[in-house]
Amino acid sequence: MIYLDNAATTLQKPREVTDAVIEAMGSMGNAARGTNSGSLKASRTIYEARALIAELLGCPKPDHVVFTCNSTEALNIAINGTILPGDHAISTDLEHNSVLRPLYRLEAEQGVKLSFVSADSNGNVSYDDFEALIRPETKAIVCTHASNLTGTMLDIRRIGKIAEKHDLLFIVDASQTAGCVPVDMTRDGVDILCFTGHKGLMGPQGTGGLCIRPGIQIRPFKVGGTGIHSYSKEQPAEYPTRLEAGTLNSHGIAGLSAAVEYIRRIGIETIAAKENALMRRFYEGVSTVDGVTVYGDFSALERTAIVALNIRDYDSGAVSDELSEKYHIATRPGAHCAPRLHQALGTTEQGAVRFSFSWFNTEAEIDEAIRAVREISA
Amino acid sequence: MREKELKLIITFPSTTAAMAMESMCNRRSLPGRLIPLPREIASGCGMAWSAKPEDRVILEQAAKEEGMDIGDIHTLMI
Repeated sequence: MIYLDNAATTLQKPREVTDAVIEAMGSMGNAARGTNSGSLKASRTIYEARALIAELLGCPKPDHVVFTCNSTEALNIAINGTILPGDHAISTDLEHNSVLRPLYRLEAEQGVKLSFVSADSNGNVSYDDFEALIRPETKAIVCTHASNLTGTMLDIRRIGKIAEKHDLLFIVDASQTAGCVPVDMTRDGVDILCFTGHKGLMGPQGTGGLCIRPGIQIRPFKVGGTGIHSYSKEQPAEYPTRLEAGTLNSHGIAGLSAAVEYIRRIGIETIAAKENALMRRFYEGVSTVDGVTVYGDFSALERTAIVALNIRDYDSGAVSDELSEKYHIATRPGAHCAPRLHQALGTTEQGAVRFSFSWFNTEAEIDEAIRAVREISA
Repeated sequence: MREKELKLIITFPSTTAAMAMESMCNRRSLPGRLIPLPREIASGCGMAWSAKPEDRVILEQAAKEEGMDIGDIHTLMI
């Protein structure tokens, strides 16, 4: 199989990741639950993971890296823990449902007001719109770092400056960029950066988290056992314990830690350059094929390794199935949990076939995928 | 049960802070180890750094230099 659905999850992981998970499952106790050797090993591994992730994503303090089971959970914690009844929040048409649905629920149940920066038919936004949508009661800007549908990246440094100028909370969904492109939340003025471990970071599923700027207060969405202050009726206020009630996925985090070590060793710039080159190669190979429509803006230098397309008026599901059955190429059809962007692109009915590339893909695989697209569109 | 000895005990506001202390002490080859939080300090659970009383100055100095998030420093018979 040629696996080109890396925006959903990376299937090929570094060997070090699986080794670390297996090793952890045979040797780790419950982190922060005493000082027996098994517990300490888990605590040490998790601490190391926090430090590595803080360094990779530009989080000022390792103890402000909070682990969750994925980016959706991180976004739910960030959004529900900071945006209150009566607040107004700004988001964009590029968002995944992991941002949209928590916001929509706050709108329906808590009277939170929402505004969205529109995407044009090419999937681009106007940065002036962020500022134009700000009201006196605006609390936060919540946006993705890159679209999971088109690969378009938002200039979060520019948005961060707008948020800072107006004293707004800035929450970023880095699901599509962490591990794929350089991210520096401190440089870019991000208050809360949400990430998942199983995509570009190449770690296990069931890992993810939030990086929080010191001073930002998030109300815990769950409270419970933490291994400290057991006789207190309240959840400890300090990060990361504040948001980490219950046993952490230390086995998964061990794998994530190994994955981040791997990325650090290879170099994030090297990974970004390779993925970008593979994406450009595919784009060049399919964009001029008769009957192929490619979505998104490829003029920007910085974008993630995604090419979404349709072939003639064929159902995207049928094309993806043909790619899978006849060519053994894995892609993702349909709506990609990105309803607003599909509406902007005019692909609500047809969906789109998303090809997304990883560090482990090869030029030969890209050429095979180009050949398949050409044959199907002939 | 082992005999009680006079120990230097450093507490932390969180487990992560305790792990940071251990990491720093390992890196700088400083004495001590993590132990369960003694009941003389607080009931419940948690971790503390245990060392000899004479290590206080060097540990305190290192913690300060590296911006460690430590709580209180006690000298206890445990």
